[in-house]
Amino acid sequence: MLRLNAIKAIYPDLKECAVVTIMGATAAELYACGHRPNFFYLEHAMGLASSMGLGIALSRPDLQVVVLDGDGSTLMNLGGLTTMARYRPSNLIHVVFDNEVLLSVGVSFKTATAEGADLAGIAAAAGIPRTATCTDIDSFRDAFRDALAARELATLVAKVEPVLPPSFFIGCHMLENRFEFQRALEREP
Amino acid sequence: MPVSTTNSKIIYDALKACGVRVVSALPETWLVHLVGLADDDPEMTLVRLAKEEEGIGISAGAHLAGVKSALLMQNHGFLASVNGIVSLAQLYRIPLLMLISYRGTFGEEHPWQTEGGLVTEAVLSALRIPYERLDDPAEVLPKIRKAQTLAGASLRPVALLLGRDLMME
Ligand SMILES: Cc1ncc(C[n+]2csc(CCOP(=O)(O)OP(=O)(O)O)c2C)c(N)n1
Repeated sequence: MLRLNAIKAIYPDLKECAVVTIMGATAAELYACGHRPNFFYLEHAMGLASSMGLGIALSRPDLQVVVLDGDGSTLMNLGGLTTMARYRPSNLIHVVFDNEVLLSVGVSFKTATAEGADLAGIAAAAGIPRTATCTDIDSFRDAFRDALAARELATLVAKVEPVLPPSFFIGCHMLENRFEFQRALEREP
Repeated sequence: MPVSTTNSKIIYDALKACGVRVVSALPETWLVHLVGLADDDPEMTLVRLAKEEEGIGISAGAHLAGVKSALLMQNHGFLASVNGIVSLAQLYRIPLLMLISYRGTFGEEHPWQTEGGLVTEAVLSALRIPYERLDDPAEVLPKIRKAQTLAGASLRPVALLLGRDLMME
């Protein structure tokens, strides 16, 4: 599956959520689907999107939080899976787009998921109560909607092609995005 | 020399008085009472970290979600968090309140703490993080309050180094 299509499949649901994405390709593809004030693109700080999502989820139990992570970024903060599992916020869904490479720096550097590391298995073993590996759009959309409806912490791994977006364009400055996102969270009831 | 329960309480009460409601922590011996106080307090969300750098993400999330937070760690945990501090807290102008137990200073008995003690202030300075030492219990509340005020005004990390004289009795 293409990550862009996977994002499109859940985009209608993301409209209501506080969304934190990793840098580069994922950020650009969500942006290309249509920017919203409740979308935060965490450029550069590899590994910490999931921790930020946890911080938001614990601070605002009334908000549904969605993190769009990558395999390389998740591998850089595997301990964070155990921290999420431990506090188990019911308002956090952690999506990992697993393209088996560090795509945003090129397609050549394979991550360990290309050699068999199973992120959904690792997440389950870390104690995340709901995990799945999805290989097509329909199963990914269903797994995402089920996790939303269940109000249960989930790590959903979507296996995607290592395809770069046509550009990494984000039409707002990082700080503009940061302050806009903060205000959007303030406005939420 | 036991860890000071009295001064741990003074530090904890100061954090509460400053409105801190999320504490993420990876303790060492000097911090166990402080972490225990956070754990026993139903008004506080304590996040026990697997690695200190996670705490930078958690505090960033808490800040954008409108909640005041603090990080509790030792200086080696601070050293382990440097990229998160630079690439998240500084890049995105996040006010971080870091309480760092300052191991490896005068009186240190453990050889393994000494290298970190030598470089802690130099790294804080290199990162342009304003910091002060906390040694006197009477200074705890005013200094934490002022540190938090500066973090909020500058939207940047600040640090308080918890000294041996404060933490041990
Ligand atoms: C600490 C650190 N090391 C390296 C980089 C360079 N870098 C930027 S994006 C990226 C790859 C991220 O991989 P992944 O999370 O799998 O997402 P993808 O790019 O595949 O969508 C890397 C290594 C960085 N930003 N930070």
